[in-house]
Amino acid sequence: MPKRALSLSRVAIYATLLAACAVYLIPLLIMLLTSFKTPDDIRTGNLLSWPELFTAIGWIKAWDSVGGYFWNSVKITIPAVLISTLLGALNGYVLAMWRFRGSQLFFGLLLFGCFLPFQVVLLPASFTLGQLGLANTTSGLVLVHVVYGLAFTTLFFRNYYVSIPEALVSAARLDGAGFFTIFGRILLPMSVPIIMVCLIWQFTQIWNDFLFGVVFASGDTQPITVALNNLVNTSTGAKEYNVDMAAAMIAGLPTLLVYILAGKYFLRGLTAGAVKG
Amino acid sequence: MATLELRNVNKRYGSGLADTLKDIELSIDDGEFLILVGPSGCGKSTLMNCIAGLEDITGGAILVDDADISGMSPKDRDIAMVFQSYALYPTMNVRDNIAFGLKMRKMAPAAIDDEVARVAKLLQIEHLLGRKPGQLSGGQQQRVAMGRALARRPKIYLFDEPLSNLDAKLRVEMRTEIKLMHQRLKTTTVYVTHDQIEAMTLGDKVAVMKDGVIQQFGTPQQIYNEPANLFVASFIGSPPMNFIPLRLQRRDGQVWGLLDSAVGVAGSAHCELPLGALEAGMENREVILGVRPEQILLGAVEGQPSIRAEVEVTEPTGPDTLVFVSLNQTKVCCRMTPDAAPQIGESLVLRFDPDKALLFDAQSGERLGLLGKTSAAERASTVTPFRGR
Ligand SMILES: Nc1ncnc2c1ncn2[C@@H]1O[C@H](COP(=O)(O)OP(=O)(O)O)[C@@H](O)[C@H]1O
Ligand SMILES: [Mg+2]
Repeated sequence: MPKRALSLSRVAIYATLLAACAVYLIPLLIMLLTSFKTPDDIRTGNLLSWPELFTAIGWIKAWDSVGGYFWNSVKITIPAVLISTLLGALNGYVLAMWRFRGSQLFFGLLLFGCFLPFQVVLLPASFTLGQLGLANTTSGLVLVHVVYGLAFTTLFFRNYYVSIPEALVSAARLDGAGFFTIFGRILLPMSVPIIMVCLIWQFTQIWNDFLFGVVFASGDTQPITVALNNLVNTSTGAKEYNVDMAAAMIAGLPTLLVYILAGKYFLRGLTAGAVKG
Repeated sequence: MATLELRNVNKRYGSGLADTLKDIELSIDDGEFLILVGPSGCGKSTLMNCIAGLEDITGGAILVDDADISGMSPKDRDIAMVFQSYALYPTMNVRDNIAFGLKMRKMAPAAIDDEVARVAKLLQIEHLLGRKPGQLSGGQQQRVAMGRALARRPKIYLFDEPLSNLDAKLRVEMRTEIKLMHQRLKTTTVYVTHDQIEAMTLGDKVAVMKDGVIQQFGTPQQIYNEPANLFVASFIGSPPMNFIPLRLQRRDGQVWGLLDSAVGVAGSAHCELPLGALEAGMENREVILGVRPEQILLGAVEGQPSIRAEVEVTEPTGPDTLVFVSLNQTKVCCRMTPDAAPQIGESLVLRFDPDKALLFDAQSGERLGLLGKTSAAERASTVTPFRGR
């Protein structure tokens, strides 16, 4: 193609892309700006105006009210993400490499789990948690997230592992390696891209979860999403938009950070089937 | 160093499926090289996996040094396998790939280093030890895969189509190298291929398989000279054996087969082949005459049946020229030296050695043994040796 100055179609493409960017970025910008404004500034100024004075007061107040819940979320999310990823990897390994009688059916049922709406599992899950004595505990919420996430993590790993030649496992068996050695020494080191996909996916799902958090936790075990909702919805006193915005930013930052750190693996893992070499 | 014996081995993958292996009976001596050859999908890999213990057999027994190993797990069988896809561990470098099996067997680190060095030297891959499989060419990966098998010094090597992913030139080189390696190490080996040249050149014994059934098991010479049926005869040999339909006739207490080249020269366009003494039921029977391309010779010789035919196509291949004529309305290939090769349309005289001709039943495809013919051993010794290309 000749290297021409912007053709009409190019202009159209860039314009569309810029518009799409704006749709996503302008609200973020407004949030960020508002979080650094003083309440007076917010009341008098316009939404998009630059803060008259940058102040961290909103952030400090926000952290005071949701900081504890932030750590709740950390305590829920990290174990739930790690456990569901590890179990998903093991499940996927078995389903792809050690097929047993009925394993296809098992996989089919598991897939079904991906399509279960959250609402459907609420009652059975709360009953089960009650029976286990885990109601309103962090461990209970971790358990629910692990169980619900397993369908997805298993699917990720199973689909990744079926693209790896079975001969690799056969060779390792002949070399004398057992079930867990093959998993740990041969397959896991090959799984970095899909582990990243799984971690990001699960982290985003669990950190952002509101419904399970509101149903299965209460008081000081609640995750930050619930705390944010409570903060924003309080009807007493004047609305402190700077605090709301800062709290929302605090709630959203970890997922953003995870995506920035591991995002390149996410794309690579979703597109690459088999890794060669 | 071990003998291997398969007794009545059966394999069925699922209860609803047909048998993939049916009553496989094979045995090879210590240090022998067995070739398993057959078209793709006939069950060669399945049989290898069964011997290695990667798949359970559903009947029969597998014996190594006269001990039944069919219940053992793969790691206890002391068998190493080279896979068609090489199956190198992608995240380990070449050294770790070779050492993995030794580590799993708890060998001392110093001994592992020595063993890796020995194997690397043997296969000339010393300079590759630090590389990952992804940084190697196909031929180098192939060597590493062999190195991994060699390192454990197992009782038996299994090779499942190890050369089929290599280009033609490398394949020929590696074939020779594998043969040299086997002559040096003398380890009992089972080698799967669908390449009939590999089958003829590498093996002490050849088993030809089709649809999970061993069609014939013997030395390469037996397979080539006395194929048990039409399938074996057509599968082994390149260009393949000619199959000419015939009706058997009786004269003077003998069986004769009539060939007709339909060339408009009276008399010489027909030829009667004496095919042995008459047996009951042979008369008027439809059979198939099998003649290898190099067994059809140019020019008439007293006492040997000959026929005049017209050249339809010639294919110069370099070392020989293939000449195609029609006999009994069937295209027949004759292999000739390029100097003697005729032109298209030329008419020439071809002669046959009736002793070397084979007869097959037209229905069952089984080879017919005829009375009064030279014995198999005699015939084998007079046949022109196979020329692989
Ligand atoms: N794991 C399996 N489950 C079911 N059928 C199989 C399995 N592996 C191989 N087969 C079937 O067994 C037959 C022989 O396959 P294979 O041993 O791979 O043939 P080859 O190596 O001679 O090409 C094929 O028909 C194949 O479909
Ligand atoms: Mg195969």
